[in-house]
Amino acid sequence: MNHLSRRDFLKGVAASGLVLSSINVHAKSYGVIERKETTELSGNVFHLTINKTLVNVTGSPSIATTVNGMLQGPTLRWREGDMVTIHVTNYLDEPSSIHWHGIILPYQMDGVPGISFDGIAPGETFTYTFKVQQSGTFWYHSHSGFQEQTGVYGAIVIEPKEKEPFTYDREYVVLLSDYSDEKPATIYRKLKIASDYYNFNQRTVGDFFAEVKEKGFWEAWQARKMWNQMRMSDRDLSDVTGYTYTFLMNGHSPSKPFQALYRAGERVRLRFINAAAMTFFDVRIPGLKMRVVAADGNNVQPVEVDEIRLGVAETYDVIVEPKNSQAYAIFAQAMDRSGYALGNLTTNPNIYAKVPKLDQPQPLTMADMGMGMHMADMKKMPMKHNKYALKKPVPITQLPMRWGVGTTMRAKNPQYRLDDPGVGLRNNGRRVLTYADLRSLRSTKDDKYPDREIILHLTGNMERYMWSINGIPYHEADPIRFRYGERVRITYINDTMMNHPMHLHGLWSDLETGDENHLVRKHTIISQPGSKISFRVTVDAKGAWAYHCHLLYHMKDMFRKVVVT
Amino acid sequence: MKNLFLQLLLFATLMSSTFAGSGGDILRATFTADSLEYQANFDERAIYWDTYGYIGYDINKLYFYSEGEKPHRESANSENQLLYSRAIAPFWDVQIGVGLDRANEKYKSWAVIALAGLAPYFFETRAALLVGGNGNIGLRIDLEYEALLTQKLILTPKVSSEAYTKNEPRMGYGAGLSNLTIGARLRYEIKREFAPYVGIEWSKNFGNTRKYSPFNELYLVGGVRFWF
Repeated sequence: MNHLSRRDFLKGVAASGLVLSSINVHAKSYGVIERKETTELSGNVFHLTINKTLVNVTGSPSIATTVNGMLQGPTLRWREGDMVTIHVTNYLDEPSSIHWHGIILPYQMDGVPGISFDGIAPGETFTYTFKVQQSGTFWYHSHSGFQEQTGVYGAIVIEPKEKEPFTYDREYVVLLSDYSDEKPATIYRKLKIASDYYNFNQRTVGDFFAEVKEKGFWEAWQARKMWNQMRMSDRDLSDVTGYTYTFLMNGHSPSKPFQALYRAGERVRLRFINAAAMTFFDVRIPGLKMRVVAADGNNVQPVEVDEIRLGVAETYDVIVEPKNSQAYAIFAQAMDRSGYALGNLTTNPNIYAKVPKLDQPQPLTMADMGMGMHMADMKKMPMKHNKYALKKPVPITQLPMRWGVGTTMRAKNPQYRLDDPGVGLRNNGRRVLTYADLRSLRSTKDDKYPDREIILHLTGNMERYMWSINGIPYHEADPIRFRYGERVRITYINDTMMNHPMHLHGLWSDLETGDENHLVRKHTIISQPGSKISFRVTVDAKGAWAYHCHLLYHMKDMFRKVVVT
Repeated sequence: MKNLFLQLLLFATLMSSTFAGSGGDILRATFTADSLEYQANFDERAIYWDTYGYIGYDINKLYFYSEGEKPHRESANSENQLLYSRAIAPFWDVQIGVGLDRANEKYKSWAVIALAGLAPYFFETRAALLVGGNGNIGLRIDLEYEALLTQKLILTPKVSSEAYTKNEPRMGYGAGLSNLTIGARLRYEIKREFAPYVGIEWSKNFGNTRKYSPFNELYLVGGVRFWF
């Protein structure tokens, strides 16, 4: 090294730099703007700008990317039946985009670079225009790079044409997100180098001895054996945690909670949206029952619960009726219990509710490893009465599958677990919403029976932090082809230890929750670890659509293009 | 040296374009000093390092390893390897490349093939087969386990051993089992990337190796583990 002249060194670096194209030259830069308070915009014409924005979420300043300078972006209020026109100008020095999550529209308006359009180049404006054909609670976010992590997201509220089947006196958007001062590329690189980097809830030697004390050495050893042989951790709940994240509710950190004011006797509608990059939230309002009236924007038969898990990108509308003039905490724990987002539902902004303690994290179970052993089996339910099986099987279209370096686990006996609230919420003494509780308000009795079925294995290697569908990452995969007019049944088998929120663009996912006549209509479906879940899709929109896991750091590879012809 | 460096750079460049990942498979480069420590007992003192680094993608990487010691008032001995590494199974990489040892101010080069990965029960494992120009064949095995006492206090027992088929007095290798080292280090991760530690280790030379270098010592170690 000491013999190497500086000039030669630089030549070498330049040569490698050219090939690696790590040198980025930007003609212009649009600067950094100040953060503004989040507001609501309504009408049919909208002007949005995407800017680098100076924020202070954690106590130290950082640069976010925002819509109209707001973290979160402005809430867009549309009316069902309207034509909306949205001009989006990109003032970042990299390409950007806005995707309207869960909105049914022509594919060219869907906002996914490389699939719907070319993206919005720096300094350019793209005009989205489409007819609003639905109502309810939705959201929007960037589909470029990791911009969703750094703030490009906001809520969409669509007022229905017809009267809603429920009433309320007041409403709030309650949008949950996760913010980090670390650059997303830094987070991702760390995960690639050490996938447990952010996990501070790993098994310790003490945990093992506690189990020995509880069950005896042999039992404890047997319980660990499978996990140890498979080199998997039952504490692997979230890839990115409160170690780096501050969890936000409507842009507010827990230190200065979001305030939702109400007057005594009012019914309050809360529009929960999980706009996080990587975080599942378990939401409850201690002291209040939540009446769930809509899931992913679609009305459901009302169901009263204490707690709801929101997978990334899911939305739920609930109505609460606070009886006393007091303050209630809107408490949204991260699934791994490494932190929470907080709101204060109160009659007086100076009165704050008592904040509950975080729950103890629960470990994953053998069921989460796809080894069966679910409650249903325990109860010795005869398999032939499985209400989740199709009455009359349909042909299965085989798709390419690759087991290899990128796949560590194979669910040997994946079960339908619609009534399983999921890890962390099991037997917690509260009434927790499960998918089995969801029944669409509209009848689906006359919906077309599926023509065929495809099975998608959600696959990965946590140790190497590789993710894929059917063992094949997006860039090596052929598109999934649907025929216009057909009805396809899609079954996920989750061959990983993670929950994956799967989002199919452009087409509704009618989830089989056990009642054939009331399939619930969703845009994002959680596939629980080691489980199986099925839904049906009426292929009623031509074009090219994105289809992916909505965990931001899984998305690039756990992704497919869907082509409808 | 200059040429070697430029060749390496060229190789890295070619590799990154030939085996370039796409999508989520990003190019990454990282360096880890698993150990950088001072070893001492009543008789001996030495500085010891055990480091590695790589540049590459999910499947294809270029790895280097460097392990060595500099005993007090003696020259440094080291074992260094540069290898192409390919993931062949979910938890295993095969590595092929060259090795260069330095001992008693002399050098010896090897062709190296190694298997590295995570064995069942979470044993960090690396077994390297070395083939010398003179027909000497060496085997070097490292086995390491991480026991979390708390989320940040981590005990790492480690076993390493070396064996050769031929005597090479000049390098200090003897035929048969040559060395066995058993140690345990207790580190505290101030950050994931930075952890000071203390530990204890016992190392013994066997067979002819013992004749060339009669080492049988128990010593304390203290140092830092870091990566970036």
